[in-house]
Amino acid sequence: MTPIFAHTSSPAQAPGLPDRAGLGLKHEHFIEVLETSPDLGFFEVHAENYMMAGGPFHHYLGLIRDQYPLSLHGVGLSIGGEGSLNREHLARLAALIERYQPQAFSEHLAWSSHGSVFLNDLLPLAYDSATLHRVCEHIDQVQSTLKRPMLLENPSTYLQLERSTLAETDFITEVIRRTGCGLLLDVNNVYVSCINHQRDPSAYIDALPLQAVGEIHLAGFAEDSDSLGDRLLIDDHGAPVDNAVWQLYEQVLARIGPIPTLIERDNQVPALSVLLAEAQHADWLLTQVRP
Amino acid sequence: MSHQATFAKALLAPGQICPDGLFSGNGADPASRFAVHRNTVHNGLINALAVAYPVTQLLVGEAFFRAMAGLYVQACPPTSPLISEYGSTFADFIQGFEPAASVPYLADIARLERLRVRAYHAADDRPLEPHTVLAALQARADLGTVRLRLHPSVATMASAYAVVAVWAAHQTEGGLAALDPGHAQSALVLRQGLEVKVFAIDAGSVTFIQRLAQGEALQTAVERALEASNDFDLHQCLTLLISHHAITHLHLDSKVSP
Repeated sequence: MTPIFAHTSSPAQAPGLPDRAGLGLKHEHFIEVLETSPDLGFFEVHAENYMMAGGPFHHYLGLIRDQYPLSLHGVGLSIGGEGSLNREHLARLAALIERYQPQAFSEHLAWSSHGSVFLNDLLPLAYDSATLHRVCEHIDQVQSTLKRPMLLENPSTYLQLERSTLAETDFITEVIRRTGCGLLLDVNNVYVSCINHQRDPSAYIDALPLQAVGEIHLAGFAEDSDSLGDRLLIDDHGAPVDNAVWQLYEQVLARIGPIPTLIERDNQVPALSVLLAEAQHADWLLTQVRP
Repeated sequence: MSHQATFAKALLAPGQICPDGLFSGNGADPASRFAVHRNTVHNGLINALAVAYPVTQLLVGEAFFRAMAGLYVQACPPTSPLISEYGSTFADFIQGFEPAASVPYLADIARLERLRVRAYHAADDRPLEPHTVLAALQARADLGTVRLRLHPSVATMASAYAVVAVWAAHQTEGGLAALDPGHAQSALVLRQGLEVKVFAIDAGSVTFIQRLAQGEALQTAVERALEASNDFDLHQCLTLLISHHAITHLHLDSKVSP
């Protein structure tokens, strides 16, 4: 398979987001953002939330895009799906990218659609050679349609699949090698998955191709337990970033230097000031590793 | 059946089914972990419906609404990743949902709320200023041949119940005190600027606006509206449309342009 976006430049530099902290843009905060112009590196939006024809969402995103760099984050492409990619959806993505010219586009290593049904969740993949081939084909198709490299986000998982023959980190490494896509390193997903599967988060990060990281995600999780009473962390984006995730983030920054970093909050969205305080903390940590 | 087909089917099944081929590294029952995905799918979609149908939820209470929405999710899962469009058939589902029959206007309230969501996200189009429309119309001797193009957000619905009054009563504290939901009422929904507005209109106005939307000239639209209702008031209906920026183009049959 020929890499469409072979490493002609470092994927870490290619997307063009500033090496600063950004926030997920919530509609609850549209007006306050425009009125107060908070000092942030960028905003990120879920692509699927802006695929309607018109109205207030486009109105406000257009005004905010005029002031800030933008990251477009897809949650519905189903890159790991058994079937072919939804061409209509890919065309909508291309149109959105044309309209807003985001500095980065990212999607997930997961599946979310089957047949005609969209399941509205990021579901786990079997890490085997058939899946690897399919995921790489899909990413090639995305990158050639969008005419830009994408970032692929490592998943948060709760289950393992018996069919898997590769470690998740080896799978991700091979996808990046074959397709030339970058890595969206979600440090919260690393922590959640490693606790859920009783792995060492630092070792997991060490096994990833960190030179390909183009963006970092930080978020909070919910805590549950499984049938054995063991900790089961749920990636619900409904809480502040956990201390353990901040510590892991510092380790990553110490390894690879400053990287555009998103604070994600999609549930129980607090006041903008609460999220800005988290972004300021990330910005401060980024400053510490700036050369 | 493929692995993902089995997985998808189990996610949407009513029971607590866990597909084969899954395990937990610590030996825990995979069903206790598959439940995370099941909850995410169901809660996420039920929450999306609760956001889109707030008055529908107020009318039956949160517990009833979430149970009803959960059954809808299983029967009609989304067919598109555009979650703002999810639930376009929810009103029809409610119509046939026997336990909700004690609130006979519930389905029509859901229909009205769906029109509001559609209007909110409808395409943008620059409206004509009211004085522009009035000046152009007043200059016409053959007013009946004029055709109007309406803003993409404009929609109407007719109901056997007082849908607008019931909906409006739930926009402020206080509720339904002096309201009789039993009289027929129709609704006009549109987006003026960034704001979605709801108006009570008569059956003649529904016909009139629908005919205009189909591209018919004013005279034909008025005739059809009067057939639908003797009480149709052209002046009042046009004033409503013009003053709320619902008209985007005037087609004056190639003689004069606005």
